[in-house]
Amino acid sequence: MKLKAWFLVNLLITSAGLPLTGNAADAVVSADTLSNTFHIRTLAASCAACHGTQGNSTGITPTLAGVDARYFTAQMLAFKDGSRPATVMHHHAKGINVAEINFLANYFSQQKRISSQPPKTQTLKANHE
Amino acid sequence: MNKIVTLNRRAFIKTAGAAGALLLSHNSFSRASKPPLGRVVIVGGGYAGTTAAKYIRMWSLGNIEAVVIEKSAQFVSCPLSNLVLGGSKSINDLTFGYDLVKKNHGVKWLNDEVTTIDSAAKKVIMQRGEISYDRLIIAPGVDFIYDALPNLQSAEAQQQIPHAWKAGWQTVNLRKQLEAMPDGGIFVMNVPKAPYRCPPGPYERACQVASYFKTHKPTAKIIVLDANPEIVSKKGLFTKVWAEMYAGMIDYRPNNAMVEVDVSSKTVTTDFDKVKADVLNIIPPQRAGKPAQMAGLTETDYPWCEVSFLTYESKLVPNIHVIGDSVSAGLPKSAHMATSQARVCANAIVALMSGNAPDPTPVFANTCYSYVNDKQAMHVANVYRYDAGKKIMVSADGGGVSTSPSEQEGQYASAWAANIWSDVLT
Repeated sequence: MKLKAWFLVNLLITSAGLPLTGNAADAVVSADTLSNTFHIRTLAASCAACHGTQGNSTGITPTLAGVDARYFTAQMLAFKDGSRPATVMHHHAKGINVAEINFLANYFSQQKRISSQPPKTQTLKANHE
Repeated sequence: MNKIVTLNRRAFIKTAGAAGALLLSHNSFSRASKPPLGRVVIVGGGYAGTTAAKYIRMWSLGNIEAVVIEKSAQFVSCPLSNLVLGGSKSINDLTFGYDLVKKNHGVKWLNDEVTTIDSAAKKVIMQRGEISYDRLIIAPGVDFIYDALPNLQSAEAQQQIPHAWKAGWQTVNLRKQLEAMPDGGIFVMNVPKAPYRCPPGPYERACQVASYFKTHKPTAKIIVLDANPEIVSKKGLFTKVWAEMYAGMIDYRPNNAMVEVDVSSKTVTTDFDKVKADVLNIIPPQRAGKPAQMAGLTETDYPWCEVSFLTYESKLVPNIHVIGDSVSAGLPKSAHMATSQARVCANAIVALMSGNAPDPTPVFANTCYSYVNDKQAMHVANVYRYDAGKKIMVSADGGGVSTSPSEQEGQYASAWAANIWSDVLT
């Protein structure tokens, strides 16, 4: 089915951060890869509460978008084994496995750095609950 | 390896071009035609519902229509709303519009209230119209149960005794009452039987009120009547903070479910106590939100919605998914959890509607901060992973709480809020 084909290719390029460049367009997209894509993007997105959508933080929390994959992996492993002290990250790093850390590293390294802003506040309207 | 898609370069360029064209044509919702993969209707524009709508649009590359039905015109954050009671935040610091998420992602928005859900006809009926869906997501938050406290149900009673458990004017009202209370007065609040929205929230609230009293009404007292046998979340940390930071100010009484509330005298009767308050805050027990009840997603003897944790599809009604506080997950009903469930649900719906299998092993993180005064915060953080045997999300190894509250965590908590607001609303 044509729709599915373009859909999957776009999905992998735009949201998985998989290295589909150059001759990679000729690559075979495997069921395993697709499964990882779906798996990693929700895990990566759950980092957004502190690190922003696709890793673009608006606060003092580090931006993960565009971070070198080897650096990301090294920091996560250091949080995991306790060699890098943390207030909260050790609780997360210990809960995810090394394969997931590598996929996250790849995912975040390929996200574009953009200036991320919190939404503008408003005055609470009288008719709100 | 199971080959499912093989494309040569020429075919790839062709398909990518076609996708680009489709993307452009579906940024506009003035068109009557359905996008190629169908329509998802989302009931509720809170943390869960808005996140689901945004990520369905993002992850389907605009090929699934997302329509949110929300009765309020504004988003008011429950996280950080206890700081309004403490005095370090205003309600207007926590109030936002939906304009950016609508514009940036092409989310369609109906400012309306659901009256009927017809799951057989796959249709939602609102006060001012109706809409059909391919899949429906219900994200209504919690509904309060007044069976045991019927005299607290009216708007007039809640003007006297606000719950302030949905951020908005009741939060402002409670703050005003605390400001007007004389020094030496008594603030009484309760903790409903778990599960309820935001497990550490009531204890954070006691801290925030204590923080305000400590500076402005140093002889005022706080009584916390807890229906649970002990502090439900961050017990060690709250116990320590109350003993050290607010010594002698907070009288904590566990196993103290309310039996009766007299509105005019602000007197609470429990199984063991009778307490008269100057300012009274009653947080009623809770169940899945009204639209979930309306759609028949709860059983009569159990007030929360049972779902598959791979798709968040209801176990009772097909093609209806439930996310956020209404879900029976055995996990904390937090804003971060609501957004994580929303993304797993969005991911599964995009997979299913494009003819693929959902992720068989979802995993996500939850971080929940509580402020103990205007600057210091502490957290509980866990990774949750799907257990294929038990078919539930279970806590992974390594989760835990802060060693103690700190200003550094206060700054991280503030960054958490800025980022989750940005993620949900832009």
